[in-house]
Amino acid sequence: MPSEMMYAQAMATAITEEMTRDSNVIFYGQNLGMTDRDPLVRKFGKSRVRITPISETAEMGIAVGAAMTGLRPVVELWMSEFMLVAMGQLLNEAPRLRYMSGGQIKVPLVFKAGYGFAAGWAGQHSNCIYHTMMGIPGLKVALPSTPADAKGLMAASIRDDNPVMYLHHYMTMLGKGPVPDGDYVIPFGVADVKRPGSDVTLVATGWMVTKSLAAAETLAKEGISVEVIDPRTIAPLDVDTIVNSVKKTGRLVLVDQAPRHASVAAIIAGEVAERGFHHLKAPVKMVTALDTSIPYSEPLEKYVLPSEEKIVWAVKSVLGK
Amino acid sequence: MPKKMPKNNKKALGKERLIWMYTQMLRIREFEERVKRTFVEHPGVIRGHTHLADGAEASIVGALATRNENDLAMPSYRCHGYPIVLGTSVKKMMAEIYGRKDGLCQGFGGSMHLADPAHHFPGTSGIIGQAIAHATGAALTAQVKKTGQVIYCFFGDGASKQGAFYESLNMAAVWKLPIVYILENNQYQVYTRVELEDANAAAGDPLSRKAQAFSIPGVTVDGTDPLRVYDAVEKAVKRARAGLGPSLIESKFYRFSAHGNAITVPPVPTQFPEHEAIETYGRKAEYAAARARDPILLFRKKLKSKGVLSEPAAKQIEDSVRAELEQAVQFALASPFPSPEEATKYVYA
Ligand SMILES: Cc1ncc(C[n+]2csc(CCOP(=O)(O)OP(=O)(O)O)c2C)c(N)n1
Ligand SMILES: [Mg+2]
Repeated sequence: MPSEMMYAQAMATAITEEMTRDSNVIFYGQNLGMTDRDPLVRKFGKSRVRITPISETAEMGIAVGAAMTGLRPVVELWMSEFMLVAMGQLLNEAPRLRYMSGGQIKVPLVFKAGYGFAAGWAGQHSNCIYHTMMGIPGLKVALPSTPADAKGLMAASIRDDNPVMYLHHYMTMLGKGPVPDGDYVIPFGVADVKRPGSDVTLVATGWMVTKSLAAAETLAKEGISVEVIDPRTIAPLDVDTIVNSVKKTGRLVLVDQAPRHASVAAIIAGEVAERGFHHLKAPVKMVTALDTSIPYSEPLEKYVLPSEEKIVWAVKSVLGK
Repeated sequence: MPKKMPKNNKKALGKERLIWMYTQMLRIREFEERVKRTFVEHPGVIRGHTHLADGAEASIVGALATRNENDLAMPSYRCHGYPIVLGTSVKKMMAEIYGRKDGLCQGFGGSMHLADPAHHFPGTSGIIGQAIAHATGAALTAQVKKTGQVIYCFFGDGASKQGAFYESLNMAAVWKLPIVYILENNQYQVYTRVELEDANAAAGDPLSRKAQAFSIPGVTVDGTDPLRVYDAVEKAVKRARAGLGPSLIESKFYRFSAHGNAITVPPVPTQFPEHEAIETYGRKAEYAAARARDPILLFRKKLKSKGVLSEPAAKQIEDSVRAELEQAVQFALASPFPSPEEATKYVYA
């Protein structure tokens, strides 16, 4: 039976359920579990739920060490850019240790962080930095767009034996949707068709899925049928589902909140150029953020980011309309 | 109103400077009150995350009152107080926070990223601890170019747990850089009480103890008294200017507002919630006791009892500060938004 819940609640539910399932799962981060009244502290105790100082290098590095020696840490990092002060742990420690040890070591941990807060958070709090992560073999990266995916991917992330970067989108946090009760695990590397269609394939992640679905609805009223695909995890990336859709539609629009050359869109475009070129009836179109930092003022921020209007325009342009 | 700091009387703080200090404290408070009120009076006008300096006035003004004309101030994202003292236009500051074209940074930065290099305020970082390194770099410039400047580096109790803090103070000590590190201990980092996350505080020691790790002077002062802050910072500044290197000053005070406005997803409106002492910990008495030691009330009382400030003079200062900030709000509201295409400016120099 699914229950209706918010995206933020769905993530929390998965963490609680996994901590109940496996006593090796610990959860810590800044500004959580402050008092004994905290629900997670009450349920799991102060040994497994800990508050940390603003010390990302240690928070993330300690998780790596704990994971190497038998725990399964979930670290709450709040905003993805805060990890940049400790990027070595994410990109050059956690994902490398297993490989360098010739497969002797496992580093099962989850770094959880929000991203893309397009609400006036300006240059250092609203960026999309997943491009730095998706090219690091050994690291898995999840980008859930719906409450159900938020739960299923969190469960999968915690059960996975590898370091996982779990990135939740700040703009979708309060969005509600049906979430399956009980054990619900979404495998990595399996895209989801969020809306079937036949004229154009639209691929998007995170908040851009919401925008793409809205654009698809608008376009449907004009008789244009758009298929919206959400890869859900960008490492591993399910290229097959995208190429199969392009086989059917012959047209591809890639929507991404990151700047053009730091986007998942550019990677997918490359894959489709190699594997689906002969199916394409028009050049691939990328709708990404402009190549700027994120400005504070609303009209500037809007101008820089992809919007429903820009997506509609792109879909029409690949149709020659 | 005395906006420009009266000349430093080397022996003691004269009447004129004491009144200047009091006025700057009031200007900071009124500025922050107007920012806070904006969330109620003009919902949606301030976006993102805004952090106020109410409670920090004595610490900010006491520290900056010791500076020479060309010394720089480099704080964190909780940055409204310093430029007010340095002579930045409060109109432009408010317009920036309102996201307008006439803002200090033309709407690119917002509340967390005010910058006014012309007034000795090179800019801030929203990422904890990083600006401590930037300030240390500014001190390197001062040393290499022999400018005679001292850098005033401000950061929170929470920030002192970031790697950049340790790495920077160590280098500044080794290189004897002209910098004063002012650790503003307001006893909270967002929801977290300092003893939950700081080894010194957990052991019942002052945070200035950290200075020992770098073999530099470290003192703790009452940050609600601008004159005590002045004395401690002045000593550290002299040492820095003499080429003897950095000092760490822990200035203890209390932040009166919540960490920042509530984090919501638009269009859900945001406002300032209750202070974390009350909201998270139910410590109403702690909060009330801190409010009773409001640095502005304490300083006013002191100046009155010393005969420095008369009741009519106090009233006159208050009125003019209020009028100044009312004008700032009106200026900001009337200022146009930047045009969208401007967004691609300033990516590269
Ligand atoms: C590297 C990093 N981690 C976390 C944050 C989120 N954050 C913003 S302000 C803040 C608290 C800072 O507390 P403190 O240094 O005591 O300064 P105060 O806000 O009390 O003035 C935190 C954790 C951040 N901005 N950067
Ligand atoms: Mg603090």
